[in-house]
This record gives sequence, C-alpha cells and structure tokens, in this order.
Amino acid sequence: MDLSGLALGLETALQPSNILICLLGVTLGTMVGVLPGIGPTATVALLLPITFNFAPIASLIMLAGIYYGAQYGGSTTAILINLPGESSAAVTALDGYQMARQGRAGPALATAALGSFFAGTVATVFVALFAPPMASVALKFGPADYFSLVVLGLVISIALASGSTAKALAMIVLGLLLGTVGQDLFSTGVPRFTFGIRELYQGLDFVSIAVGLFGLAEIIRNLEHRQTHSVIPTKVQGLWLSRDDFRRIRMPVLRGTAIGSALGVLPGGGHVLAAFTSYSVEKRMSKHPENFGRGAIEGVASPESANNAAAQTSFIPLLTLGLPVHPVMALLVGAFIIQGITPGPNVINDEPELFWGLIASFWVGNLLLVLLNLPLIGLWVRLISVPSEVLFPAIIAFATIGCFSLGLNPWDVYVVAIIGVLGYFLIRWGCEAVPLLFGFVLAPLLEENLRRALIISRGDLSVFVTRPISAVLLSLALVALVIAILPAVRRQRDAVFSEDE
Amino acid sequence: MSEDPASSGTAGRRPGVPDMLAGGTFVALGVAFALGGRRYGIGSTQAMGPGFVPVVLGVILAVLGAFITAAAFRGGDPNDREAADERGPVPWARGGMLVAGIVFFGATIEGLGLAPALFVTTFVAALACRGVSPLKALAISVGLTVLCLGIFVGLLQLRLPLLGDWLGG
Repeated sequence: MDLSGLALGLETALQPSNILICLLGVTLGTMVGVLPGIGPTATVALLLPITFNFAPIASLIMLAGIYYGAQYGGSTTAILINLPGESSAAVTALDGYQMARQGRAGPALATAALGSFFAGTVATVFVALFAPPMASVALKFGPADYFSLVVLGLVISIALASGSTAKALAMIVLGLLLGTVGQDLFSTGVPRFTFGIRELYQGLDFVSIAVGLFGLAEIIRNLEHRQTHSVIPTKVQGLWLSRDDFRRIRMPVLRGTAIGSALGVLPGGGHVLAAFTSYSVEKRMSKHPENFGRGAIEGVASPESANNAAAQTSFIPLLTLGLPVHPVMALLVGAFIIQGITPGPNVINDEPELFWGLIASFWVGNLLLVLLNLPLIGLWVRLISVPSEVLFPAIIAFATIGCFSLGLNPWDVYVVAIIGVLGYFLIRWGCEAVPLLFGFVLAPLLEENLRRALIISRGDLSVFVTRPISAVLLSLALVALVIAILPAVRRQRDAVFSEDE
Repeated sequence: MSEDPASSGTAGRRPGVPDMLAGGTFVALGVAFALGGRRYGIGSTQAMGPGFVPVVLGVILAVLGAFITAAAFRGGDPNDREAADERGPVPWARGGMLVAGIVFFGATIEGLGLAPALFVTTFVAALACRGVSPLKALAISVGLTVLCLGIFVGLLQLRLPLLGDWLGG
C-alpha cells in the first residue's frame, strides 16, 4: 500500500484552511440535509455555485463535505421524524424511528454517527488501496473501451433502480439527448438544438438540470398535498450508548462496512442497495429477527455504516474512471470540469495533492461530523420545523441566483423552469429523475468516445467487440440489461426495495 | 427523494394512463430530436456528422416511448397505479406561479438588478404555498431577499448588480 499518497493527502486535508472549508461543508450539508423535502443531490446542486470561487481542492473538499453532511442530516430526520432525506436513509427510518418513539432517539443518533464514522474511516482506506491500481488499469483504456464502460455504467444504474426498466432507459436516453444541446465541439462546432439562441451554445448547464429536477420538480410535487403537515420532532436525551448497545452494534457495523464498501462502486444505486442488503443480512443473522422494525439498534447500525461506506467507495469510479455512480458524483464531475480538471485516471498522477487531499478530507469530515453533530443535535432538530412557505421560496431564491451566477446567463435560469416542469410531469408519470441526470452528465463522454473510436477504426463498428476490454464491458452490460428485464429478478428486486415499507 | 405518505388524493383507478402519458412524451421528444438532428448532417460511421448521435438517440427514445405506450394498454405498471392513487391533482396554479417567478427572475435580473428581481420571485413563490396571505408572503420575501443579498453579494462577493440598467443602477 502506498502510504506516501495518504500522507500527502492528510497533509493537504489538515491544513487549517482546508479543515475550515470541510467544517463549513459538513455543517452546511447537515443543515440543508435536515430540512425536509430536500435531499443531498438538490443540496449539492444548490450549494455548488458557492464553491466556484475557491481553489479546486477547497471546492471539492467542501462539496464532498456537503454530500456526506447532507446524508448525515438525512439520517437524522429519518430517525427523528420518519422522513428519510434520500432512499438509502429509508432503511434507517425503519428501526431508527421506532427507537425514537421508544425514547431512544439519542442512542439511535449516536449509533448512526459512530457507525458512519467507523465505516467512513475504513472505506477511506479502501479507496486509498484500490483507486491507484484502478486508475492505472483505466489508463490503458482506448476510446472504444471508454464508450463501453459508459454504456455499462448506464445500464447498471438502471438495473439497480427500482421501477420500470423501459422508463429508466428512456430517461437515460432523454438525458443523453439533452446533453447534446449546444455546440458540437468534437468536430465542426455546429450549434445543435439551440434555436438560434446564442446563450445555449455552451449547452445546458448541469446545475440547472439538477436544480430543476431535484429542486423545482420536487417543490411542485410537494404542492400537490392539500395540507402541509407539521411535525413535532421527538425530544432527544441521553446520547450515550450503554455497554450492551456497544456490544450489539459491533458486528453489524463491521458487516455493514464490508457490504457498503463493496456495493458502493456500483453505479446508480449502490448505496441504496448496500443499505437494504446489510439490513436484511442483519435481520437474517439475528437471533431475534422479530425485533427488526420495532426499534432494533442493529437495524440502525448496519445500514448506516453500509450507507456511509458506500458513499466513500463510490468516489473510486469517479476518481479513477471519471464515471459518476451517484447523482451527487455526477454533480462533482461538473465541479471538476468547471475547475479545469477532467475527472479520470489522470487525476491521481497530475493532481496528487487534490486526489489524496480529497480522500483524506473524507476522514476529517467524518470526524468533524461526529464531533459537531452529537452536541448540536438540538439545533438541527429545530431546523426540521422550518415551514414550507419559507423553505420553498428560499430554495427558489438559491436556485435562481446560483444558476444565474454560474455564467451570468439568463438561459441557465429558464432551463431550471423548463426542466423542472418536464421533470415534474415525468416523475408524476412514474419515471425517475436520477437516470436522466446520469445520461445528461455522461452524454459528452459517450459521444466523444464513440466518435473517436470509430474514426480510429475507420468506421468499423466491430471495434467494440473485438477489443477485449470493450467486449468484456459490453457483455457485462448485456448481462445486466437481461437481468434487469427478467421478470423473476425484477420481482425479487422490487421486493428488496419495498421490503418492510 | 422521500416518498411522502401524507398525500390524500382520491383519484380513481386509471390503469396505465401515466404510462401512456410518459410514453407519448418520450415518443414526441424522440421524434423531435431525431428530426431536428437530421438537419445537422448525419455523416457516416467513419466520419460522424453532428447529427448522428442525436438522430440515433432520438430514434431509440421514440421506440422506447412506443414500447412504454403499448405496454400501458395492457394495464400498466401496478406501482404507478398505486402512486397515482395517492396523489393529489396537478397543482397547476401554484406550480405555475413558481415557474412564472423563476422565468421572471431570468428575464429581469439584468434589467432590474438582483434586489428587485429576487424580491418579486420570492414573493410569488411564497404566495404559491398553501395558506400564505399576501402580507406574510411580503414578510417572507423581504427576509429572504435581505438574507440572499447578504450571502451572495456580501459574503461571496458575486458580482451581481443590485439595481439594474432599467432602474439606473
């Protein structure tokens, strides 16, 4: 194991200014993550413009901090008011909320924090171990291989998503198409689908797309409800775990960490799958499975660890292949590009300080989360009661200012409205927003590598099956697609996603 | 995103309608992208024109949309039916106000400047929420405008004019 890299990273991450940035990130992330009706993806999208003035490493440390801070905040609401911030926290809500109702909110929150910290620490080591070899493999990839890799990533993200495969595929393709808007930079610079509007020549901005899909569309969805339901969160007292609690969570945390680290690298829903899988594993291994769903502390410890471990290892494909596996990672790709860095196998060699600094900052961030959040939990709880008539206009305000300030381009604001409306209706009709964002972010990578590969092969399409790496990746994609379509597997998968809901 | 259990829609069973709408949308968008993409030149596989990828993807989207629509006639996805049952009606007026507020911001940010544009946008957005009186919306929008000016202009020093050309700023 290459310890010098990690040492360099710690040195970078432990610079006072970077610690401060990380603190700011996790605090903001937790704060917004606690607010109901807004998940980590929307949080990162909304706060992304704030970071553009920073140095690349500071900007990425902060965004990553916002991401896992928001996830942490999501778990807090899952436990306290049974309102998971995102799908992976839904598992935490099962037993966490029950614990809160039994007056054990404190231990539940502490378990989530400690489990997350442990898992985050261990998974960070995994990232440090596996990322460099992955990156050196990725450097051997030609354009055809990259094309196939993107196809594989997109297909796996459907296979892991819940709901209709056809609709998820269609959303991906729609995302890819939206990604082609703007000048065709690969060859001629022809403006595509711009309707003569100069402001669209640079393409649609991914922040606008994300804010439209995860901010505006979500708010319109919330306006469907006739009454806004006010929630009175449980009082939190007695944060500390008893000796018995520690004994009970020890193994679930370890297993959750292992499952999460492994599944985190899967595109699309690795962290969700990790949380669900580790929960059912614990339930199966427990001597008292009947306690699960009734406030079993193991049912909080294991999915929270898995979730957080997956959050860390999901950086491996991003940092080594440039392939985002989580919607937030997709936003980070954009952040990298705005900072002038192409995420991919070269990052580790060209920007070692950034690469290792970011990884080390995960650890710093997780430590800060434990130190910060347990004492401040009372403060976060109060945020839950922010009324929606203040929250929604605030989101709209941040979204519009943020998107406009990206390029002082009014069209970035109009795109929020257009995508928000389109996204609202498609989501209402049973489609998912995440595949669209994936498709949108990966569209340039897909098109560029497709066209480059075919130029190299002189238009011979067989290059995708004759190159060994590409052939393997494509056949894996085919297998994943078949699995996603097979009815038997579908039923089982739906069962995984709807278990105990 | 969280599935909110608290909605109280009582819409009757409409088998497959959401699927038909989704499928139809995909077909329309796919055809539009494919037809539009043709104008940019398709080229050949050896030297792809700028239109190649959009045309291929547009056709794929239209085919997927047609498939989804066809499947909808056979009853549709049971999950969607449950989801549709839970939901209230489309909030046309309130959603429309939000969208109008955002478009207003984009259209007037340069002319009016940040402060007035943001004030109107947050006012309309607050008014779009249930049970908010104009006076309350006024209070919310004033508060948010001051807060956002503080964060974006004061703290982050984004170079956005507070008052635009139209107001002599």
